[in-house]
Amino acid sequence: MAYSVLAVTEQRNGSFRKVSYEILSEARRLADELGGDVAAAILGNEIAHLAEPLAAYGADAVFVADDPIFTNYSPEGSSKTITELVKKLEAKVVLFGATAMGKDLAPRVAARLDVGLATDCVALRVENGEIIARRPMYAGKVIAEMKFNTSPVLASLRPNVFAVTEKDGASNIQIEKAEVPVAQNDLKAVVKEIIARSGGKLDVSEATIVVSGGRGMKAPENFKILEELAEVLGAAVGASRAAVDAGWRPHSDQVGQTGKTVSPNLYIACGISGAIQHLAGMSSSKCIVAVNKDPDAPIFQKADYGIVGDLFEVVPKLTEELKKIVEK
Amino acid sequence: MKIIVCAKQVPDTETRIKIAPDSRHIETTDIHWILNPYDEYAVEEAIRIKEKNPGTAVTVVSVGPERSTSAIRTAIAMGADEAVLVKTENENPDSRAVAKALAETLQSMEYDLILFGKQAVDDDNLQVGPRVAELLNLPCVTFVAELELGDGKAIAKREIEGGIEVYETSLPAIVTAEKGLNEPRYPALKGIMMAKRKQIDEKQVALEAPAVEVSKYEYPPAREGGKIVGEGADAVPELVRLLHDEAKVV
Repeated sequence: MAYSVLAVTEQRNGSFRKVSYEILSEARRLADELGGDVAAAILGNEIAHLAEPLAAYGADAVFVADDPIFTNYSPEGSSKTITELVKKLEAKVVLFGATAMGKDLAPRVAARLDVGLATDCVALRVENGEIIARRPMYAGKVIAEMKFNTSPVLASLRPNVFAVTEKDGASNIQIEKAEVPVAQNDLKAVVKEIIARSGGKLDVSEATIVVSGGRGMKAPENFKILEELAEVLGAAVGASRAAVDAGWRPHSDQVGQTGKTVSPNLYIACGISGAIQHLAGMSSSKCIVAVNKDPDAPIFQKADYGIVGDLFEVVPKLTEELKKIVEK
Repeated sequence: MKIIVCAKQVPDTETRIKIAPDSRHIETTDIHWILNPYDEYAVEEAIRIKEKNPGTAVTVVSVGPERSTSAIRTAIAMGADEAVLVKTENENPDSRAVAKALAETLQSMEYDLILFGKQAVDDDNLQVGPRVAELLNLPCVTFVAELELGDGKAIAKREIEGGIEVYETSLPAIVTAEKGLNEPRYPALKGIMMAKRKQIDEKQVALEAPAVEVSKYEYPPAREGGKIVGEGADAVPELVRLLHDEAKVV
């Protein structure tokens, strides 16, 4: 039995991350075009109950690697398990999320299989039976179309870009155990602990709305007004390099070429002039709003909507007005 | 202790990237080349470990064309001791080929720790560090924002969404550096002068054919920006209306 596409899902504490549904939906779409079935892989500890609901996103079969070594992410354990599964299924295409986990895991599996990998893809298509991947390079200053000279094809998909397709009604789904070809004692690098960032706040790379502040925020305490806006919108708070280098925000919040590349539905840039490195990191946002005092700031050339003005007056007003809509 | 830093030369992040007329290459003529910013964190970390542990040697290894020596010299000026250029004329090798060339080179070297930047800011592939780890059968922690070395062990904090994974790993190991690991130093004049004279070992390699290759570059779709809704707080209600009714994002 050969499955054409394998989706490597990601769960944390028993919940799938949204990107898992995105890659599974994309796996289904590709399998329908290529002809073949979709298998999903789940790694975790006591997570067997997660398998069946994946039928709704297009999985024909789910392979569950249920083992205490997967209580936390295990780079060595996961890469060996997934590599063996790919070989067993003779998968033609293997999809990962371009998340902290997927970015760590996918290249290891690629090395083990001695094949190519396209990371952080924003689109995949089938052309003459071959997969073509589109991925940003130079932090999004250009988009490259990639072709694969090795098989299977491995790709990681940027979160928030691929559509989730859910179908109604139950379908037959085959649930199997995946071999875990590694023991706890074999592992040389292990996660001892996970420290949640304060408030367990949303990461800019995953949020569907991002509110970012730059040099115009003037001081770290002023980010409070962005946090209030983010709270209303369920958004993550990001920052430009200037704000991070000034020590106002942690580097994990940075959006741009030496920070995170983001693709939210809405990006609100406050007091950010728009250096080329920052624009590269956020210009694939679906809708961009800029608030800046300087009408000539380059950010306005990328923004769908701009307000020229003092962010300390505009942002609180924006929070207030949006609250009315959200409350409706 | 022996530390190896694998580093790459990349275009300055301020560079406007221009696609060549054949659509399959990037124009390299007007590019100002620098040491990859994430590799700078890796070099800085190695130098800091050396400063704390006398007798430590830091070697920089780079795969790239002849011009890569300028990035290597930046690393030497910061404090690296030795350097190897794995020379290739191929301007755009893929991650698999680079990882294999690096693994082959590293195999004949001694190391307790191998540092990489988490990614190169040109192709943004994020692959070479973990691929080399698999090829050399070494433990590897990626995206490390804090590193502490102990007796044959390392504690490495890895950035994940909304938190940090704390790893313990045996040495030798591979670590890829995330921003925040440290604040890279500016090379002192003395270091710059010394770096100019430093002998860089060169190895010629034929890289494997790419497993993944660019068939076409495009510019991202141009945004029709520049729609100014208005000035000051008075423009907010109209902005909110547009976001709700026109863009439908709130």
